[in-house]
Amino acid sequence: MAACLAVAAVAAADREVDSKMAQTHTGTQPLISLQNIYKIYQMGDMEVRANDGISLDIYRGEFVSIVGKSGSGKSTIMNIIGALDVPTEGKYILNGQDVSEMEDDSLAEIRNKTIGFVFQQYNLLPKQNLLENVELPLIYAGVGKKERTERSLESLERVGLRDKWRYMPQQLSGGQQQRVSIARALVGNPSLILADEPTGALDSKTGREVLDFLKQLHEEGNTVVIITHDNSIAVEAERVVKISDGKIIFDGDVKAYESIL
Amino acid sequence: MSQSFRLALKSIASSKMRSFLTMLGIIIGVASVILLVSLMQGMTNYISDSFSDLGTDQVSVSVTNTDTRNVDVDTMYEFLEEQQDLFAAMSPTVSVGGTLKNGTESSTTASISGVGEDYLNIQALELSMGRFIQYSDILSRQKVCVIGSYVAQELFAGESALNQTLKINGEAYTVVGVLQEKADSEEGSSDDCVYLPYSVATKLSFSADISSYVFTVKNTDYMEQAKSVLEDYLYGIFMNEDLYNVTSLSEMLEMVTSMTDMMTMLLVGIAAISLLVAGIGIMNIMLVSVTERTREIGIRKSLGAKRRTILQQFVIEAGVTSSLGGIAGIVIGCILTPLTGNLIGFESTPSISAILVSFGVSAGIGIIFGYMPARRAANLNPIDALRSE
Repeated sequence: MAACLAVAAVAAADREVDSKMAQTHTGTQPLISLQNIYKIYQMGDMEVRANDGISLDIYRGEFVSIVGKSGSGKSTIMNIIGALDVPTEGKYILNGQDVSEMEDDSLAEIRNKTIGFVFQQYNLLPKQNLLENVELPLIYAGVGKKERTERSLESLERVGLRDKWRYMPQQLSGGQQQRVSIARALVGNPSLILADEPTGALDSKTGREVLDFLKQLHEEGNTVVIITHDNSIAVEAERVVKISDGKIIFDGDVKAYESIL
Repeated sequence: MSQSFRLALKSIASSKMRSFLTMLGIIIGVASVILLVSLMQGMTNYISDSFSDLGTDQVSVSVTNTDTRNVDVDTMYEFLEEQQDLFAAMSPTVSVGGTLKNGTESSTTASISGVGEDYLNIQALELSMGRFIQYSDILSRQKVCVIGSYVAQELFAGESALNQTLKINGEAYTVVGVLQEKADSEEGSSDDCVYLPYSVATKLSFSADISSYVFTVKNTDYMEQAKSVLEDYLYGIFMNEDLYNVTSLSEMLEMVTSMTDMMTMLLVGIAAISLLVAGIGIMNIMLVSVTERTREIGIRKSLGAKRRTILQQFVIEAGVTSSLGGIAGIVIGCILTPLTGNLIGFESTPSISAILVSFGVSAGIGIIFGYMPARRAANLNPIDALRSE
């Protein structure tokens, strides 16, 4: 199922294919390829294996949720997927580029160009208005002012907040703020939308709205990955990856996941 | 870049009180540098103006010990005649202490000096009435005097002083001339003076010897040469250079100027310390700001801000803060300089070089002291930064 989707997505997406990757994946290149990822923290004498050998491929156009209890290592894997952190061991290929050995600034560029983050706490800058918040990734991408404003307003339009662009984040409800952060995630046309507990700070109704919106983005062809501890949210995706003690203990279709719940 | 400036201004505006307190150090530092430098410059100008009023073409001789050997007036006049290429005029000067009296009016502050007939020209004095001391007065020891405008005003209260009698230490002198006002006729100023023939003054001072002379040179360019000729001549007489002193006003002016320059350096140094302290204040506030804005930095980094971008943002913020402080300091310094100058009593205008230097220094301080906190911000780990509250 996942492979089928990926084939379609790759066919649609016109991009160069890394020959080495093409070999291992028989012509299709995953957007995300985690290869035997370890993240080991040294806490005094104790060795904490936050990620204990994780291998995972996610293809373009997939809608995946990564689910796990707190302390399971799901945040660590989300940081690695989001290019916020690098693994202690293992290889991470994102969009054909090996990210696992990258320096700070190169990681920043990867985040800027390929990943759209949606955080639990929205993470909007409180002293900037909506437009200024949404255009931040474009500023760091070096996009000119006119194009920046245009694209940011378009992006705000997609989440239905275009006419509120002068507002400050605090003037909005939680659900609206989360929509702004989605607009910010979308503005740079990222290959991957990475949502970390996107409904965690919202009531169930607005949480529902945000989830529906993420679904809609997926239907429009975007690759969406949700990190959550909540099974009821995890099953909104098409594919579920369950992590426990730093290892993947389930990876498959949402129906298969529902059946074992 | 312009984005960073906009951000910096926004961030400064968003915490006005803190920004103002941060700037205060720079404001005080810059204002005091400008004030001190400008005042010292004004003072130096004032001093050199007063010196050139006194005449920078003068060389004075004072004999320190008249008991062992001395040079008499005639020898000095002979010397003047021999050296007419270098010297224009000469006058002995004899200082006398005493009280002036006219009826019930009296004065003790006046400087009473015995001088030669050329003294008027040497000091570039001008008469408002009568005549100056003449050679015949000196020869015949006439009890005549020329008085300054303050003395005329005090002792003769509006009446014409000419040909009136004035008592100096109980002896009567006829006023033959009154000098023009030179220094607002104040007590103790150069208008508070009485000139007598030097031959008369030596008697008044109970000493037959004349111990000081004042020369004027023909051309101030040959001041050094004139001075050394005079020194050589005196050495020929005294055979000991400790017994006399030859000084020129221009030399004294140089000394005073170098002293005021040193004072300026010292005061600027003190003001510079306050700038340094202000810089540390900026560093402190920027460190607090980085800590407070850790989350913002995390958000920016997660959205793709590179280290350089964050560094630039914070360095520019510090630079803008200190430059704004610098500008405020310049404005305050420029306002205070003429006011303080008036208060102290001389004209002073803000020094352009002080303004430029202190602005440059204040902007530089912001950048230098802002760099460390900015680097700390730039090196923050985005994960930790996002997690902070």
